[in-house]
Amino acid sequence: MAKNWKEMNSGEKLEARFEKWLSPEGLDFKSLEAKSSYQRKIIRFRDAVQLDKTPDRVPIFPFYTFLPADIYGVTNEQVMYDPEKLASTWMRYLEDYRPDYYLSPALVSTGQALDALDYKLYKWPGHGVPPTSPYQCVEKEYMKEDEYDALIEDPSGFWTTRYLPRICGALDGLKFLGSAVENCELPLLAPMLIPYGLPEVQSALKALMKAGNAALSWVQHIGAFEKEAQERGFVNGAGGVAKAPFDVLGDTLRGTQGMMIDMYRHPEKIVKAQERLVPILIKMGIKASEMSGNPIVFMPLHKGADGFMSDEQFKKFYWPFLKEVVMGLIEEGCLPLLFAEGGYNTRLEYLKEIPRGRSIWLFDRTDMCKAKEIVGDTICMAGNVPASLLVTGTAREVEGYCKELIDTIGKNGGFIMSSGTSLDEARPESLRAMIEVTREYGVYK
Amino acid sequence: MNEELVAKISDLQEEDALRLAGNIIKQGGDPNDVLAAARKAMEEVGQRFAVGDYFIPDLIYSGTILKGIVSIIKPHLKQEEAPKKKGAVIIGTVAGDVHDIGKDIVVFMLDCNGFEVFDLGIDVPKQVFIDKIIETNAKVVGLSGFLTLAFEAMKETVDAIKEAGLRDEIKIMIGGGQIDEKIMNYTGADAYGNDALDAVNLARDWLMQ
Ligand code: B12
Repeated sequence: MAKNWKEMNSGEKLEARFEKWLSPEGLDFKSLEAKSSYQRKIIRFRDAVQLDKTPDRVPIFPFYTFLPADIYGVTNEQVMYDPEKLASTWMRYLEDYRPDYYLSPALVSTGQALDALDYKLYKWPGHGVPPTSPYQCVEKEYMKEDEYDALIEDPSGFWTTRYLPRICGALDGLKFLGSAVENCELPLLAPMLIPYGLPEVQSALKALMKAGNAALSWVQHIGAFEKEAQERGFVNGAGGVAKAPFDVLGDTLRGTQGMMIDMYRHPEKIVKAQERLVPILIKMGIKASEMSGNPIVFMPLHKGADGFMSDEQFKKFYWPFLKEVVMGLIEEGCLPLLFAEGGYNTRLEYLKEIPRGRSIWLFDRTDMCKAKEIVGDTICMAGNVPASLLVTGTAREVEGYCKELIDTIGKNGGFIMSSGTSLDEARPESLRAMIEVTREYGVYK
Repeated sequence: MNEELVAKISDLQEEDALRLAGNIIKQGGDPNDVLAAARKAMEEVGQRFAVGDYFIPDLIYSGTILKGIVSIIKPHLKQEEAPKKKGAVIIGTVAGDVHDIGKDIVVFMLDCNGFEVFDLGIDVPKQVFIDKIIETNAKVVGLSGFLTLAFEAMKETVDAIKEAGLRDEIKIMIGGGQIDEKIMNYTGADAYGNDALDAVNLARDWLMQ
């Protein structure tokens, strides 16, 4: 690297990350063809995102959680408990459908770790929901209305001693732990240690060790999959993850109802808590992106969609903090990929505040033509083949929908073909139609 | 009708509304009047939602204020005066799906708008819908679902209602997450709704001709 990282501007940082992504260390491509295919896909992605050049064709990036399991008749329970099966099923999907970009099987997680922790936040296949069902969140107030101050004061203490004990039955004992910060001199050491002698705490630590072992053996399979997939020329479509600060609070801490009421009862606390979370979330995105050598940071957006709050509330509670995280990632040369779940029709004007050619927005139920008109010059758009079409529609219907997307939204670039939903299932011929019609009809002349 | 109370509730002034309701009761006012004002306020809230001035958080917050008011007046109500209902609706999240946020808002809005609602909860097997239709003689069934796996469960539920010989007597509406017109056709439901207000309007159309 010619320039010192600190001296680079954000555009140079992005270029440096692209370079690293294009020529990754430690990969041994299966063939010259695999290598050039890998690099072509990244350049295609870069051209679509940066809006300066029309790519060779529309990039293809279906979004999914459990989709490959459904296609090959493997249950979701099996892939959550058998990482070998998980990796082989996900690889089979890649070889079979050959999308440009894939999502890591890491999204599926590991059942053994959830078992070891007695995880309460979700029900998962075979554990509260049928083996063929995706995992499903159990909505509750895992953070109480009067706990904002505790979170603001010490987020990591809050997570360890209050949140984890509530979402994991086996970690109940962690609630006895004090702050490690209190230990800074010899006489202060022993008092800090006392809770670690308690049977409740020790049983929590044992559960963590067991879950840790499960996670470690699982991640080896995931790592092997990533290496193999890339060596075969496939490209990972998400290097890291971050969230909108409002969603961190609203999704699985305060819950939908709690968070909505807090906007009236505790407006200042919501703002303060988000301010506290912003730097943590930026770091979280960058860290994973650095580890994977991939600049894309995936951000699912939940509670700021159309209807979920008023424009006034969006302007006050949601957007400023989301924007800070997005800008923080962009400044470090990462590429935020924001999944605007639901509709974003009433929020489109805000997206103009993000620098041109530095983010991708995957749309679900947003009016794509309207979005192209308002922010087509600013962002790279992705989406939005509906799940209803992919799950119940014919190949011909899907083809028609995709061609229209390519003609209108894909005109002159700045567009990635994707599903508007993270798929758990699809009719194989319809999914194939989406991919193949883009491969052929999506070529730019 | 205490218009001030109606305004405080419909403007979502929680503290003022509760204080005012408390004062009315303390001064020997009729709890039924408070209840009537609260009802009128909820209608106003629904109206504002319908025209796009209010959003889901406003609905949820108004529901919380309503609960607060009810808990103030409950000890003073002579007997649970049963207001006339506009008709009955059965609602539930279909089998395999455990989400209730959207369904609960639908239940709340139907309730505020004067319908009698039988809420079957989440992960509801098709037979439970059928049993409830027979038991209550309700004419409208609402199926909610969050995930795509609900498409199939909704279809199976509609089919089962058909097989039980009840399909002609009832209207079925579906909604939640990824539901659209295509899924309405796929499942054989009569209508679909994008939000809780659609559910109210559909129930009103079907039950109040
Ligand atoms: C918030 C959210 C979450 C939260 C849920 C918990 C929480 N505390 O909020 C969290 C972050 C945990 C989450 C997790 C996941 N989610 Co999620 N999530 C959402 C999101 C953004 C909003 C859902 C919501 O809260 N809706 C609010 C309620 C009020 O809306 P509603 O249920 O649709 O109900 C309204 C209307 O539909 C209607 N209605 C409802 N029922 C009925 C019935 C009738 C009869 C009528 C007329 C009307 C009606 O009225 C309601 C009120 O207006 C949706 C996308 C979206 N915008 O819909 C994705 C979404 C549901 N999630 C999705 C996914 C993929 C996931 C995950 C699998 C992601 C992952 N890999 O981890 C997980 C696990 C699945 C799960 N949800 O449990 C997908 C589901 C796709 C699929 N395959 O089925 C969605 C659709 C996003 C997408 N476009 O891909 N999610």
